Amino acid sequence: MELNGGSVVAMIGKDCVAIASDLRLGNQSVGVASNFEKVFPVNDKLYYGIPGLASDVYTLREHLRFRVNMYRMKEEREITPKTFTHLVSSTLYEKRFGPFFVEPVVAGIPSPTPLDPHPRPFISTMDTIGCITTPKDFAVAGTAADKLYGVAEGLWEPDLEPEDLFETISQTLLNAVDRDALSGWGVVVHLITADKVVTRTLRARMD
Amino acid sequence: MNSVLSQLQPPAPHLGLDQEEDEFTSSDPSAWGSMGGFGNLARNGGVQGMSIPRVNDPTAFLDLHTDNMSSNPEAKIKIAHGTTTLAFRFQGGIIVAVDSRATAGSYIASGTVKKVIEINKFLLGTMAGGAADCQYWETYLGMQCRLYELRNKERISVAAASKILSNIVYQYKGMGLSMGTMVCGWDKTGPCIFYVDDDGQRLKGDLFSVGSGSTFAYGVLDQGYRWDLTDEEAQELGRRSIVAAGHRDAYSGNTSNVFHVRENGWEFIGNYDVNELWYEYEVKKKAAREAAAPAASPMAVEA
Repeated sequence: MELNGGSVVAMIGKDCVAIASDLRLGNQSVGVASNFEKVFPVNDKLYYGIPGLASDVYTLREHLRFRVNMYRMKEEREITPKTFTHLVSSTLYEKRFGPFFVEPVVAGIPSPTPLDPHPRPFISTMDTIGCITTPKDFAVAGTAADKLYGVAEGLWEPDLEPEDLFETISQTLLNAVDRDALSGWGVVVHLITADKVVTRTLRARMD
Repeated sequence: MNSVLSQLQPPAPHLGLDQEEDEFTSSDPSAWGSMGGFGNLARNGGVQGMSIPRVNDPTAFLDLHTDNMSSNPEAKIKIAHGTTTLAFRFQGGIIVAVDSRATAGSYIASGTVKKVIEINKFLLGTMAGGAADCQYWETYLGMQCRLYELRNKERISVAAASKILSNIVYQYKGMGLSMGTMVCGWDKTGPCIFYVDDDGQRLKGDLFSVGSGSTFAYGVLDQGYRWDLTDEEAQELGRRSIVAAGHRDAYSGNTSNVFHVRENGWEFIGNYDVNELWYEYEVKKKAAREAAAPAASPMAVEA
């Protein structure tokens, strides 16, 4: 984690979720790239972020892309956030004795079904070998995780509207990475609502 | 009479393991109040027996428990590290520029550290490595420089001042002091910079940069350095170098403090936000690129 640096945060709002990451890719103290996104889409209602070792970020992303595509073809439907979380978890546990050095965060809004016509927004996070946690407020991961906990604990409140959730998650990440030497160099935020996803790149400190 | 004599004598040499007495157990009443020194400073200004861990090998003990330049990153006690400082001599005197970030591990403990220590009106010291080590010994150096002035009715030279510092750190060599400092000032010989570090090295030179971001600063500095720089150009070069280092180096940044040393002493030029300057430079770079590129034809379609 401390080799490349980087952080991800996800938050729940009222009928919406947001997930954001920083853009730094470093080699220990040296910043190498400021366009390294750590959050990827599964579909237009489900995103996940993987901060950690950059090579594992790519490997795991491709691994998951393959497995989600196989799921889509076999099931002929989109994967739900909960199922995807378990897919990521099992993928990580397969490498129990030589883990991927990543801490994934999943954020999405499940599609309504006859059994569950009003599904709630969903976030989850895992450790390096796939132990799942499903918070009802926010999830943090990466080198600035401890700082993110501090800021998020102070700023987050229940039932935020999309615009307020965007402001909350933006300020949380922006201020947390300003206290972390290994995160920062730009921030990207994805705001997921039932009908659309808004992605914004923020003007952040570049030092 | 006896007590007067003992006060005039140099402080007893440090006794290490056998020394059971410290300032609190001292039975001599003159050790308290105005007749005593201050902290570990004796009345005559000398540093009195700095206490040392009472273990067999104090150096190994210190290594085990402190994080000295990542030789032991797991250590619980993290000393503030990571810096970019620079100083260079030119036609108009000396420019000293530093960043203001203090880190403990990857945690940014502060973004408003004063890394230039004002030793006196004519002398500046820079701070890289252990913040406390630099602050304490450079303040102490200020005392010694004032005493020199009083004794000799003449200002101390930069060479002599830096040698006081290098002699002190040499005494403590191998005991975990961590400092890389530049002593800058103007004396009879003109502008002068000495680099002094924790292993006792003392170098005279025209251009130095110290700290984790020094390589990045050197890059910009070497590219833009000339002896006949104007004052404004030199100050800008110092600022630009710190911004470059603050950008690339994770352990440098936040703000930059710039000082200019001239014949009649140093002057504080300003405190600049590294991030704001970086965006400013990006705008200028973009404008320069567009000016250099051939003008787009009126037929061009916007992307």
